[in-house]
Amino acid sequence: MNFQLTKEQELVRKMVADFAENEVKPIAAEIDVTEEFPMENVQKLFRYGVMGMNMPKEYGGAGADDVAYAMAVEELAKKCAATAVIVAAHNSLACWPILKFGTEEQKQKYLTKMTSGTIGAFCLTEPEAGTDASAQQTTAVLDGDHYVLNGNKIFITNGGVADVFVVMAMTDPSKGNKGISAFIVESSFPGFSRGKVEDKMGIRASSTTEIIFEDCIVPKENLLGAEGKGFNVAMATLDGGRIGIAAQALGIAQGAQDELVAYVQQRVQFGKPISKFQNTQFQIADMEARICAARWLVYDAAYKKYLSSQGQKISYGKESAMAKLFAAETAMAVTTKVVQLHGGYGYIKEYPVERMMRDAKITEIYEGTSEVQRMVIAKNVIK
Amino acid sequence: MKIIVCVKQVPDTSGKVAVKPDGTLDRASMQTITNPDDLNAVEAALKLKDETGCEVIVVTMGPPPAEGMLRELLARGADRAVLISAREFGGSDTYATSQIIAAAIDHMGLENDDIVFCGRQAIDGDTAQVGPQIAEKLGLPQVTYAQDIKKDGDSLTIQRALEDGYMTIKVKTPCLITCIKELNEPRYMSVGGIYEAYEKPMEVYDYNLLKDNPLIDVNNIGLAGSPTNILISFTPPQKGAGQMLEGADQATCDKLAGILAEKHII
Repeated sequence: MNFQLTKEQELVRKMVADFAENEVKPIAAEIDVTEEFPMENVQKLFRYGVMGMNMPKEYGGAGADDVAYAMAVEELAKKCAATAVIVAAHNSLACWPILKFGTEEQKQKYLTKMTSGTIGAFCLTEPEAGTDASAQQTTAVLDGDHYVLNGNKIFITNGGVADVFVVMAMTDPSKGNKGISAFIVESSFPGFSRGKVEDKMGIRASSTTEIIFEDCIVPKENLLGAEGKGFNVAMATLDGGRIGIAAQALGIAQGAQDELVAYVQQRVQFGKPISKFQNTQFQIADMEARICAARWLVYDAAYKKYLSSQGQKISYGKESAMAKLFAAETAMAVTTKVVQLHGGYGYIKEYPVERMMRDAKITEIYEGTSEVQRMVIAKNVIK
Repeated sequence: MKIIVCVKQVPDTSGKVAVKPDGTLDRASMQTITNPDDLNAVEAALKLKDETGCEVIVVTMGPPPAEGMLRELLARGADRAVLISAREFGGSDTYATSQIIAAAIDHMGLENDDIVFCGRQAIDGDTAQVGPQIAEKLGLPQVTYAQDIKKDGDSLTIQRALEDGYMTIKVKTPCLITCIKELNEPRYMSVGGIYEAYEKPMEVYDYNLLKDNPLIDVNNIGLAGSPTNILISFTPPQKGAGQMLEGADQATCDKLAGILAEKHII
């Protein structure tokens, strides 16, 4: 048992924390209002190797481990949860399945782009296929040397800005789950278009759109993994992706607590800083314990994913579900309390904590709701 | 072509400053950072590396933990790191330090197209002496307070900041330049750079390696050999809170004049 971070992990944290403080924090409140995608910062994150950081060096990545990645997402989320999810969706949901299931040609073609400026996204959710992801209506029909895709995907993170999409579609509707296949789709393919842009409660600077496939021509060589194995690709991707969202939730909680600790020391009521009141102290103590517990769940899941990537026979599905469930509910509980302890100031946009509370809510919903996480955990425990 | 950048690990003055009984800084008990001006010097070197593909070597003199700072600079993009470290060097003043660093640079060897960069001054001692002294000891032309640097063949065109403007100086390499914060915006470490930084060797120059170099007088280094002696160091008392008077009327002016007269200022 060793809870010691590596020197590399510590430096990644320091580097991303510096970046978040100097580049992300100053615009976080503004882009929450304007819903402007922080493209300049995202391009800098490519330049500094955060976008695609887990990809091996031969594809232009930094070869970073999964704990360092979780820490990077956490540090970004402390200042701006939208920026954090842009990174998490790109790394976990778009780059990772191509690395894990792609052919060498697919990796060379797509991962080298996705470590140097091309944003990726993941298309699973449909109007009728949310938590019941197997109810896919999007179809893919083989026609000579290409597939023809038809259907709509909704709530796609990075949808408005990505150029490479990992897309699930039914190649054989009669087989249910086993009829789903995964594809790599470029935004330039004929029949691809972007639809409705969602106006969200939180993470407003991230791009969430509908993606429409209308007789979309996808070359046969862009099938990701074997035909009929798409559901496995999707579920494996989400198992890992949840660690990114758990790290985002952890960062939101920590960021809110950081704001609170500064606030309670300067806010004076009844003649003394409110940090001197036992209610404040006890609430901060509870938050601290809960955030630290969430952190170890997140890092444990990330470390197990790393060991798995190194060839060890180790599963991390339960761990990532526990990390996401606990971190997301921690983010919601902590930000709600932080707003409360700010009083009226917590409810106005002059302080960042109301944004953090709005941002926290989505972590209990996307990449598997808290209810889905409980299902995954229970399935792993009751065998 | 290579660029040698001299850097220093300094106490983070935004934290608490601790002083040992001998008057020198108690570095062990303080948070440390890379001296801010030195980061501008490193950035200047990395920009020239981006343009020319030259080698960038970061050099520091300090205790073994200074290795951490050097790894961070490798993670920003430096190619090599040299740690000058020995018990005999401890407590050196600027005169002694510049001898030791000059000897280390001499040991690396300077070619015609090489450049030495330093920050203007360190935020702990604030002397701005080490850079110029290194140049003197190595017999290099020096340009201090660089706010803009352009490379043109075997010479550099440098804007040297003055209080009320700047002068433009053309200097041939090899030379030594000291850098100010207006020169550039230092880049961050990169994730790839961080992982590579720990794969690179840490070159350590110790007392035995440098003691016979002609630029060093072994009797004039370390705390005992340094000509500077610190008699006393103290934290100056904090200034009291200021008093604000508001209003543009006669009464306010009279009150202000009264306060100033009371303090014998007018």
